[in-house]
Amino acid sequence: MERLDAEKGMKQESAELLIEGAGKRFGEVAALDGVSLQVARGELLTILGPSGSGKTTLLKVVAGFEKPDTGSVKIDGVEITALPPARRDIGMVFQNYALFPHLTVERNVAFPLEMRNVAKPEIVRRVADALALVELAGYGQRLPRQLSGGQQQRVALARAIVFNPRLLLLDEPFGALDRKLRETMQLEVRRLQRRLGLTTIFITHDQEEALVLSDRIAVMNKGTIQQIATTTEIYERPANDFVADFVGESNIFHGAMSGPGTVALEGGRTLQVKSDKPAGAKVGVLMRPERFASGGANAFAGEVIEAVYLGTSFKLRLACEGGLELLVRQPARGALPAPGTRVAVGIDPDAIHVF
Amino acid sequence: MSRRVLVVACGLIYLFLMLPILVVFPISLSSAPYMQFPPPGLSWQWYERYLDDPQWIEATWRSLYIGTATACLALGLGVPLAFSLVRGKFLGRGFVERLALAPVIVPTIILSVAVYGIFAKLKLIGAWYGLVVAHTVLALPFVVLVMVAGLRDFDRGLEHAAEGLGASRWRTLTRITLPLLRPSLVSAGLLAFISSFDEVVVALFLAGANMTLPKKMFDNILMEIDPTIAAVSVMQILLVSLVLVLIGRFGRGLSGSAR
Amino acid sequence: MTARGFWPALPALLLLFIFFLFPVVRMLGFSLEGGSLDWYAKALGEGLYLRVFWNTFEIALLVTFFCLILGYPLGFLMATTTPLWATVGFIFVLLPLWTSVLVRTYAWMVLLGRNGVFNRLLIDSGVTEDPLPLLHNFTGVMIGMVHVLLPYMVLPVYGAVRRLDPAIVAAAEGLGASTWRIFWRIYLPLTLNGIFAGAVIVFVLSLGFYITPALLGGGRVIMIAVLIEQQVRETLNWPFAAALSAVLLAATFAVYSLAQRFTRPQEAT
Repeated sequence: MERLDAEKGMKQESAELLIEGAGKRFGEVAALDGVSLQVARGELLTILGPSGSGKTTLLKVVAGFEKPDTGSVKIDGVEITALPPARRDIGMVFQNYALFPHLTVERNVAFPLEMRNVAKPEIVRRVADALALVELAGYGQRLPRQLSGGQQQRVALARAIVFNPRLLLLDEPFGALDRKLRETMQLEVRRLQRRLGLTTIFITHDQEEALVLSDRIAVMNKGTIQQIATTTEIYERPANDFVADFVGESNIFHGAMSGPGTVALEGGRTLQVKSDKPAGAKVGVLMRPERFASGGANAFAGEVIEAVYLGTSFKLRLACEGGLELLVRQPARGALPAPGTRVAVGIDPDAIHVF
Repeated sequence: MSRRVLVVACGLIYLFLMLPILVVFPISLSSAPYMQFPPPGLSWQWYERYLDDPQWIEATWRSLYIGTATACLALGLGVPLAFSLVRGKFLGRGFVERLALAPVIVPTIILSVAVYGIFAKLKLIGAWYGLVVAHTVLALPFVVLVMVAGLRDFDRGLEHAAEGLGASRWRTLTRITLPLLRPSLVSAGLLAFISSFDEVVVALFLAGANMTLPKKMFDNILMEIDPTIAAVSVMQILLVSLVLVLIGRFGRGLSGSAR
Repeated sequence: MTARGFWPALPALLLLFIFFLFPVVRMLGFSLEGGSLDWYAKALGEGLYLRVFWNTFEIALLVTFFCLILGYPLGFLMATTTPLWATVGFIFVLLPLWTSVLVRTYAWMVLLGRNGVFNRLLIDSGVTEDPLPLLHNFTGVMIGMVHVLLPYMVLPVYGAVRRLDPAIVAAAEGLGASTWRIFWRIYLPLTLNGIFAGAVIVFVLSLGFYITPALLGGGRVIMIAVLIEQQVRETLNWPFAAALSAVLLAATFAVYSLAQRFTRPQEAT
């Protein structure tokens, strides 16, 4: 009950974010190279990329800690590119939470309200609501160092949403948590974000996390956005090698269309695929390891060179004819195939993605 | 085996360090009219003499407020300077840093004589604020060293967080940065105070007829060895101990700051 | 961009320019009175004054040496003992460090004087019949100065030993090195930086020492600082005092910058 009441107080109009042609150079390095993206009202967009991909710079540009050399940032159509961070009304959860160690939990959460000169009684009410929302009612008088990692994380979250920000930024917030806690917190954050309808940008290098949390994912590398799409789209139909390789496990090969629905791979092998690319077009081919079955239109026979037991599945590395090496996942039934065993697998054309 | 030799040797060295501090305690309580060891009996007479002598008391007060004013001025100037040195990017920063630390290296006698030359012209000899200014020059390196160390360790993510949550630069400074630097500020201020409170050489030149406590002590040591000075020494030692306790309790970087 | 964050430094800079740099430069200017180097010739040419310089260097060197052999064991022990003992050690080093030089000088007079504590003990125990001359001479100045400057040696050594990776020592022990070998082959070379830093500070501070030689030297041990003071206050010979100051300052900076050149590359690694 308490939780529902708290929510009513928090629910508010979230904003829409538009970034156009953002560029930022540090000396010779282009940290951002003409990045454009749009985040819809209430959407959770994940910026996914390896370290050095420019995702942190993008976050700083949105938050106002870096000024882009080119391009603009707009919230609800209003340009904020030159606005200092303090006047952007963006809630942030930082990598190491950045809780103020000299202030109690209550004062930490009250901080953004005090900075906005909210009346005292209202601060008390809203802080209580926010703490209830993250299930930390009763912890108000503690200092951050007296809390566990997960609790600190919740305080950071409460502090970021207590002032009804127009946008929520999460900068690798789960990095410091152990696996189990991380999963709980991920779901919790997702639930909260949905309930409050908060437009949210989530930064991570963890592709699994990105798939769990996001409405859409923007994959970044070398300062540019490689692909921006829904989670299934990113996983099933990556736009290029980088995305295919970075998100999930993959078998990627290159070749050219040799006729309608057939690809000739570089090693000489041909594959039946579902694609309307014209003959002669150079293409990439992605086969996800779990999409292989015992049989299919494209059959592969190979020798096991590495086999790993993963509980629910076997992960096999196969050396197939024509020098192809395949990563295959099979349901874990029976005994784990020993290296050297010959295994036959197959894959259907519609399980192969051509790009 | 060799460890035991080390411990014994160090015990002797500690004794060497602490002996002068310990020896003034019994002497300050001596009942003899002149310096005698061991004291033939105990009495409070030297403390009474100190407390009854308006010159001693006046010198003590003067040193206390000069020390306090020096600490305030050195913090007021040194803290912003430390911010500049750690966070600024400007031409000549290395020069500024060396200049701020130079008073530790330049022999105090040179500074004293040089400032004496100027103050004599300006008729500032004997003015308490003149001493405050000169002492601030000497205290500045301590403040800068402590504050620079504090600022280098400071997590700027907290300032970003504050700004992101809507705090202006000024409020970030007053609500987050300075409160978190409080241990460094405490250490810096107390060290500045003590450095002024103990300072003799500059005071010898600039204090004129208006004695500070160290100058009065210096004159007394030159004239007569009267155990009053032992009583004063005991009180000075107790004050320093108090300051060290305060630094240990509320301050930071005790060992590093002393360098 | 070259002025980012400069303004907060300005008030302190003004103070340093007006009350530090300007007075010192102005005073040093006196030494060139009449556009000649006569005063320098006097300072460095006349045997009497040359002796003072030589004395000062000799004392500074000896003080540095004694601080080193007393300070290294202390810093080493403090860095390798339990935290509790380290704290006690710190108190015993910092309390003297921050106690007024006058208090300590006075205490040494009490301890070392003709009727002082040491001579009493020596005579009472029959080691000697006449009191030993411990005060108002070279010995007194040395003892007083080593006492004042010892903490400046202990702290850098402590820091250097603390920074040493204990795994290196453990590895050496595991490889069967004896305690002495570990000290000579591991600790000493790897803490040279700290030793050097401490020695330079002690040496530089010794060069400009005034209070201790003035009070414990009894007029017999004249160091440069004492000479400068006499020239200003007694003979009012500003140009000569300025020339002496210039030489002292030059020596101080020479030692300091030489030391910096030696330590820089090592600090970088």
